[in-house]
Amino acid sequence: MKSDLARRLVCGAMVVVLAVLAVLAPRASAQEGDPAETEVAIFGALDDADHGPVEGAQIEVLLGEEVVGTASSDASGEWRIVVPGPGTYRVRIDPTTLPEGVSLRDPERTELPAVRVLEGRDKRVVFALGERARPRPADVVRPPSGNRVVNRLWTGLVVGIVIALSSIGLSLVFGTTRLVNFAHGEMVTLGALLAWLFSSGTVGPGWSLVIAGAVSIALSGLFGAVQDRVLWRPLLDRRTDLISLMIVSIGLAMLLRYTFTVFFGSNVRPFREYAAQAPWVWGPLVLRPKQLVVLGVGIAVIALYALVLQKTRLGTAIRATSDNRDLAESSGINVDRVVLLVWIAGSGLAALGGVSYATLYGVEWDIGFRLLLPIFAAVVLGGLGTAYGPLVGGLAIGLVSELSTLWVPAEFKFAWALFGLIVLLLIRPQGLLGRAERVG
Amino acid sequence: MDLVQVFTDGLRAAVGVPAIAYALAVIGLNVHFGYTGLFNIGQIGFLAAGAYGAGISASLWGWPLPLAILAGVVAAVLLGLLLGLPALRLRAEYLAIVTISASEIIRITVRSTSVEGVTGGPQGIGRWASSFYDVNPIPSGRYGIGSIEFNHRELWVMLVGWVLVALAVLVTWLLVRSPWGRVLRSIRDDEDAARSLGKNVYAFKVQSLVYGGVLGALAGLLLAINANYTTPGEYQTVFTFYMYVALILGGIGKLFGPVLGSMLFWFTLQATDVLLRQLIQPGSWAATYIEQRDIGQLRLALVGLALMLLVIFRPQGILGGRAEGRSR
Amino acid sequence: MTEPTGRRPGPLAEIEGRPGVPKPDPLVVADGIVRTFGGLKAVDVDHLEIQRGVITALIGPNGAGKTTFFNLLTGFDRPQSGTWSFDGHDLTGLRAHQVARLGMVRTFQLTKVLADMTVLDNMLLAARDNPGERFFGALVPSRWRSAEEANVERAHDLLRKVGLDAKAQDAAGTLSGGQRKLLELARALMVEPSLVMLDEPMAGVNPALTQSLLAHITALRDEGRSVLFVEHDMEVVHEISDWVVVMAEGRVIAEGPPAQVTADPVVIDAYLGTAHHRDPEIPR
Repeated sequence: MKSDLARRLVCGAMVVVLAVLAVLAPRASAQEGDPAETEVAIFGALDDADHGPVEGAQIEVLLGEEVVGTASSDASGEWRIVVPGPGTYRVRIDPTTLPEGVSLRDPERTELPAVRVLEGRDKRVVFALGERARPRPADVVRPPSGNRVVNRLWTGLVVGIVIALSSIGLSLVFGTTRLVNFAHGEMVTLGALLAWLFSSGTVGPGWSLVIAGAVSIALSGLFGAVQDRVLWRPLLDRRTDLISLMIVSIGLAMLLRYTFTVFFGSNVRPFREYAAQAPWVWGPLVLRPKQLVVLGVGIAVIALYALVLQKTRLGTAIRATSDNRDLAESSGINVDRVVLLVWIAGSGLAALGGVSYATLYGVEWDIGFRLLLPIFAAVVLGGLGTAYGPLVGGLAIGLVSELSTLWVPAEFKFAWALFGLIVLLLIRPQGLLGRAERVG
Repeated sequence: MDLVQVFTDGLRAAVGVPAIAYALAVIGLNVHFGYTGLFNIGQIGFLAAGAYGAGISASLWGWPLPLAILAGVVAAVLLGLLLGLPALRLRAEYLAIVTISASEIIRITVRSTSVEGVTGGPQGIGRWASSFYDVNPIPSGRYGIGSIEFNHRELWVMLVGWVLVALAVLVTWLLVRSPWGRVLRSIRDDEDAARSLGKNVYAFKVQSLVYGGVLGALAGLLLAINANYTTPGEYQTVFTFYMYVALILGGIGKLFGPVLGSMLFWFTLQATDVLLRQLIQPGSWAATYIEQRDIGQLRLALVGLALMLLVIFRPQGILGGRAEGRSR
Repeated sequence: MTEPTGRRPGPLAEIEGRPGVPKPDPLVVADGIVRTFGGLKAVDVDHLEIQRGVITALIGPNGAGKTTFFNLLTGFDRPQSGTWSFDGHDLTGLRAHQVARLGMVRTFQLTKVLADMTVLDNMLLAARDNPGERFFGALVPSRWRSAEEANVERAHDLLRKVGLDAKAQDAAGTLSGGQRKLLELARALMVEPSLVMLDEPMAGVNPALTQSLLAHITALRDEGRSVLFVEHDMEVVHEISDWVVVMAEGRVIAEGPPAQVTADPVVIDAYLGTAHHRDPEIPR
């Protein structure tokens, strides 16, 4: 029967994906560090008094002559390299990767030769940048200059689109099945990981990111379908209660996440094609071409999504099912098929979100997990279960978290979004677009 | 393969401090989830509140240990109120999101370098519980049976810990079989029915959250005192899910479930660890696929798998707690 | 009008039957209660008074808004506008448990017995003001032991009355549908309510049990309690109610003694008319 064949094809594809990972991956883990709970790392934050947080600088950690790990500082200037254990390491920065107008305070000192790492405690190192800082009163917060605001708005917009893409699947799955899928973050990670695998010249076939990304999205969509058919549908048919389903999804998330890290390792790796990019400066705005690409693709996909939702029968069916499943069913909609398509599309979109995020910030084993709570915030803000809510919510969360770095340290970026979420739930639990049916 | 070592190492872990701390935390979680039906997935936040409340009071303000411990408990009560008052009016999925967000916010905050002066940042707060060991009545030395040995310091912490567990079980037993406990169970069963009979469901939920949270704080305190150090790495969001495995394993809604579940969980975790390490001795077939460093992660992946399998196939756990969940 | 045998002429004998008519001794007074669901007006009651000490039936076709009205009165739902009072207490904005504590206790159309708890526990839960229900009080058993014992006795008495005493130690989930209805009734009585609100008490109950239930309900009124119940079965309504309120499409369209109401053409039209309309409960 057709559905039988489809199911076997889907299962087979999943097996193939896992086999590919299993065969290729061991080489990928050549450089990673200790088990997640007890790993130690060397970390730091690069900040220039005038320029602000420094992104894209390359740092290396060596043990003797052997390179143990590398990292590229992120948009907040932060970098972190996991090391195999306690010991004495050399930490080197590549000054050619510092942006225009930023240089080391002591240009001779590109290496810290004796960084001691103790058991169980991460070690922070500092590379001083720019002129010696003028002493400032401790509690003067640097007021956001117009420059910084504009740049933060821009980054917020880009990140917002990425979160929006990643959130759609979660919201629609909840709308159609009432399941809150805590493993959704892993779909985001999977997208990034697969794209990295297929685009890597060393571990994989070295395809261009466009092709690698497309294949990754397709495979992720397939995996979503497998999840629906093999795991969730049988459980839902069994009338398993919601909380048990949530716990199962949490277990699945852990299973996936830690399997990913066994294969991929703990460090950040950029996509081959986007490892370092010279920024374009456009008035006050400093942007990188890859941000434009991500934004462009994101907007195009979202426009397509909206088009499908509004103009096609499928889209109407999705909106109806997500709004009121029983009513949709009694209106003759094949709810099971809608749910399957929601899983495929949602997982594919999450994968796209993962690829986009990784293009901006590099691939890591837990990007999805780290994004999961902001994604929750976005979905709840927009309205859990709505079709357009994630778009609104994602943009809001992206903007709020980026703008918050103007006043608070970057590590609190997402904390603010979560805090706002809690406050929101106090006032309007159904979010911006949701309906006020009893939420409690 | 040395199965004896696997077994004895597991047994040692089952009675050790992490297991005791988990027992306390899971007793609290059992009150939340097992008896009241509250889906709290931020329990680790309460452990952090206890450990940091005490650590900060002791090292920053120089409070003596008993007062510092009290501060940890108060911190947990405050956290419970802070979370509970807004979140307990909402449906299960919203409560889940709020609690996990809160525990994540706590972790990010205490770990941050910008509040290093207060929380010690990524390094944490060290050596604030030494006076606990000063009152250790156990004479110096190592004690134990066969290869299961503990030194006098560890034994002291374990002793205090097990006493706490016993007290916690006793108090929880008193509460559960009282009319208060009856209201909790009715909330789990059908909130609206409880409301129609005049019960202020919301207030009971808050009380339940705070009580279970205090037990969590005691667990966090135990862990911090055991290490004589409060570090953010001990209070990661994912540890709440270890507790859920222990909770389900032992039997949700059963009085001794948490204790048995925690012991069994730590036994299995350690035993698997030792087993895996033995399996990947250089030269064995497994060594080509798994490296030493992967064991920690594999363990966690297996915990996730165990959680899924437990819920799908044996939700009533070992002791046979509530097999059926509430209907959708 | 002829009164069915056995019913005394009661305080409503002289009251004219029309929607919103004031009562001599109203227990519940409701004004301007409006509840909309996404553009649809589920309840739109201008004025309604429920008389103390009698059995009032609330009837109407499917989707008339009866259960929604019940939910609004008892605090299980919030209206968009309106005020109502119970025994002089203003109920507007009160939460469900507060309404119950004032003495207005409701049952549910789909019974809500606490299935995992014993029948006796169901009853004990309903008892008021047990010091053991306070967190710190619970820790000292001596403080609540005697109250608990008294409650156990009263519970057994009530269970005996409804014939469920033998099942006191069984899980409530093992009861049949009819037995659950009886349990809900007995449980509501444990709260010592002044107004018992029954949402379709006869639904799904076999005919043998129906008579028993009817007797219990009449006994309530004879004890001095007030009863408001929602029902579909017109025979039941005729047999025991002192007064009937008819709702249709969210509004009160008729009030009066049973015989008058059932002969009212407006009422008949409402019941017949809905056979042709779409069920208004499905949101558009």
